Amino acid sequence: MKERDFPLIFERSAPGRRAHGLPEADVPEVPLGSLVPTEAQRKTPPALPEVSELEVVRHFTLLAHRNFSVDQGFIPLGSCTMKYNPKLHEEVARYEGFSRLHPYTPEERAQGALRLMVELGEELQELTGMDAVTFQPAAGAQGELVGLLMIRAYFAQRGEERTKVIVPDSAHGTNPASASMAGYQVVTIPSDGRGNMDLRKLEAALGPEVAAVMLTNPNTFGLFEEHVDRIAELAHAHGAQMYLDGANLNAMLGITRPGDQGFDAMHTNLHKTFSTPHGGGGPGACALLVKRHLEPFLPLPVVRRVGDRYALDWNRPHSIGRVRAFYGNFGNLVRAYAYLRTLGAEGLRAVAEHAVLHANYLRVRLAPFYEIPYSRICKHEFVLSGVRQKRRSGVTAQDIAKRLLDYGFYAPTVYFPLIVEEALMVEPTETESLQVLDAFAEAMIAIDRESQENPEVLKTAPHTTPVRRLDEVRAARYPDLRWRPESRRCMG
Amino acid sequence: MLRTIGVRSLEDLFTDLPERVRLKAPLRLRPPLSDPDLLRTFRALADENAHTGRLVCFAGAGAYDHFIPPAVWQLVGRGEFLTAYTPYQPEVSQGALQAGYEYQTMVCELLSMEVANASLYDGASALAEAVGMARDLTRRNRVVVSTAVHPEYRQVVRTYTASLGVEVVEVPHQEGRTSVEAVAQAVDGRTAAVVIQQPNFFGGIEDPQVFGEVAHRAGALFILASADPLAFGLLAPPGEVGADIVAAEGQPLGNPLNFGGPSLGILATRMPFVRRMPGRLVGATVDTEGRRGFVLTLQTREQHIRREKATSNICTNEFLNALAATLYLSLLGPDGVRRVAELCVRKSHYLKERVAALPGYAVPFPGPTFHEFVVRTPRPAEEIVRALAAEGFLAGVPLGRFHPEWEDGLLVCVTESRTREEMDRFVDALRRVA
Repeated sequence: MKERDFPLIFERSAPGRRAHGLPEADVPEVPLGSLVPTEAQRKTPPALPEVSELEVVRHFTLLAHRNFSVDQGFIPLGSCTMKYNPKLHEEVARYEGFSRLHPYTPEERAQGALRLMVELGEELQELTGMDAVTFQPAAGAQGELVGLLMIRAYFAQRGEERTKVIVPDSAHGTNPASASMAGYQVVTIPSDGRGNMDLRKLEAALGPEVAAVMLTNPNTFGLFEEHVDRIAELAHAHGAQMYLDGANLNAMLGITRPGDQGFDAMHTNLHKTFSTPHGGGGPGACALLVKRHLEPFLPLPVVRRVGDRYALDWNRPHSIGRVRAFYGNFGNLVRAYAYLRTLGAEGLRAVAEHAVLHANYLRVRLAPFYEIPYSRICKHEFVLSGVRQKRRSGVTAQDIAKRLLDYGFYAPTVYFPLIVEEALMVEPTETESLQVLDAFAEAMIAIDRESQENPEVLKTAPHTTPVRRLDEVRAARYPDLRWRPESRRCMG
Repeated sequence: MLRTIGVRSLEDLFTDLPERVRLKAPLRLRPPLSDPDLLRTFRALADENAHTGRLVCFAGAGAYDHFIPPAVWQLVGRGEFLTAYTPYQPEVSQGALQAGYEYQTMVCELLSMEVANASLYDGASALAEAVGMARDLTRRNRVVVSTAVHPEYRQVVRTYTASLGVEVVEVPHQEGRTSVEAVAQAVDGRTAAVVIQQPNFFGGIEDPQVFGEVAHRAGALFILASADPLAFGLLAPPGEVGADIVAAEGQPLGNPLNFGGPSLGILATRMPFVRRMPGRLVGATVDTEGRRGFVLTLQTREQHIRREKATSNICTNEFLNALAATLYLSLLGPDGVRRVAELCVRKSHYLKERVAALPGYAVPFPGPTFHEFVVRTPRPAEEIVRALAAEGFLAGVPLGRFHPEWEDGLLVCVTESRTREEMDRFVDALRRVA
């Protein structure tokens, strides 16, 4: 550690210092070696920090101060849906009846938890126009894997061997990665001039070896796939399944339902649209929803209503198995259900309308200053390009992003979608006020001006943050992924 | 705002939707609740659940009722951590990134491994990812898995690998411990990895070193799974017994039970394998002024860059739960993790001996155990659990759910949270329902 470095918890450690108040054993003392053979025991203690509780509290409070969050300011990260999540929903998720419930509690003593899952499932089925649901996947990407494994099982049962999955070039990286984990070859279809999937290229790619078309709608340009119904017709005509990456449903709530658009399976990330704070990268939660014909393949167990009781159904011979232990990220299901019960049908529709209104407002305000690859009404997000700024003065999307930090905003998602040069993907969400949107637009406009008058200030940004621009190349070239105690430094 | 956009109404923002996919009738959802009504409704749902504050918990099997110091969640719950996202802009995310680096270090220390990632979903899916890593690293397609590995973990491994052409060979246990002979017989030149759990599903303490040697002799990797890494406060850590990859459940490290999730997937390995590792990694670097700082690194392994060639599809992870583990391990320190592990062993052995002495009950497996053990019950274990719940106990996990031939098997767990007085009352209750 150098003098100006913020210390690690290990660097605050002093031998013998202690924060815990654990008890002594209250059972008769027997030699430990008679319970656990000495040779099976650990020889040296782990080099965990030795600190007082106050030191722990201060250290992590100071770390918190070095972390930007929605509670402090606007995070326009496209594709991430950084909306404000009411504290009320945090409160109910922490009720002991949920947070201290053991997963193997007998069903008759966990009726409230099972009922919550059934009712949340019913609401989501109505909202999406699908027929059945599982909450087992821990996050969206795992939901994709489950959906594709179910599609694979569906074809296997029909005696069909299909080997390919079609994804558009604008897809989230998780789509091709999940397809490959499910044992499929990935076929990529380019986008057309309006930001839709190119229909002619899709038609040419479809055939008896295609298992599924994976679509994100609205796609990652923030645009509604204008021919979604036609795409579904084409896919179905070739016997392929339609899979929706519905990670973010913000623009769809109460407006249109994936089930009515022709999708056979979909996932939605409950931590995006449905009120789970993102926690610095997780935990998330996922609902994987399917049409009736895929229901037999759902992972084990399925939660069901039986008369006026709720039960776990384990007897499902066609199930794909399971992708994690227990029943999913239950704690976040509580938050999602609280969100739905707070808003109701009209409230949800208002969410969609405001999310779309805010995105279009920002899009139009920024259009004179930044290039917008597809200039039409967007949904919950839109993509800007910094090519004009780059051509003019060599500043990159990354520079623009870093400069935004100086203005007190988090940055949009940069360099995604991959097919837009110098991409800046902006998702304002429905929970920000007009004042915040205007302040963000003014900052972006000021940065465009700076890029012409003083590009250096962008290239060296950020200037006001706890650390300045970090050397990511060095981090990757000389990986330093853990601290080591002084005595063991030489071990490399 | 509408005027700025140049449209007349909110409906005009949705004219790009094909007419026939637009919703025509309002959704039939439950009506909205006011804030106080919402609290009442959810309180009522929560109250229908017999949580561990109402039933004295002797259940484990992958989800453990350890004591969580209140400071853990008071700090994890701070808005700066709770409402941030993946630290894509490291200059304003040093809090999360540094905590991630500290987490990786603490996991490495506890497990005695060289590198840990910043979290996966849970122990079971972490094990499936570990098997995927072993397949890629060895270019072999068989894994040998002990049946003393948690049945749900094994099921997850099968589900993850079935479509990839990986053959899962399960080898039997003998009296609650993995059979060395059976593993040695099952391992051959096609074996990518041998998978053992420590402590195993039945609570038994395995002798992992032997399995590591068997695996390595055949050029296979040795994967050690664990549903409770706190055991390594006392037991020889994976890195000292030859483990190449460790997949563990981090719920016991400061995370509440939550009816099984969110929890925390721990994955650790040796440095030469780091580029085949899935999930996010935090690395230390410097800023333009030479100050230490932290960034997400080695991202060319990940889906947002490598797409179908990525090491995994994982994106969102369980960062907040990893933060809870970091706080927990900071508060416990080396003395605390040793103390918790010792208390688990001492207390569970007290109960094990008392139950073994009860008429009608038996403890069938003779080997050493950590904080869980199998009990043979005089009536079906499901019935015992139901009867004990009426007496205020969550008596354990009936094994019939996983092994139909074990209808009278009950897996009982004792953590440091249990007191002698609770155990004595539990024994009395078991006697009454025999």
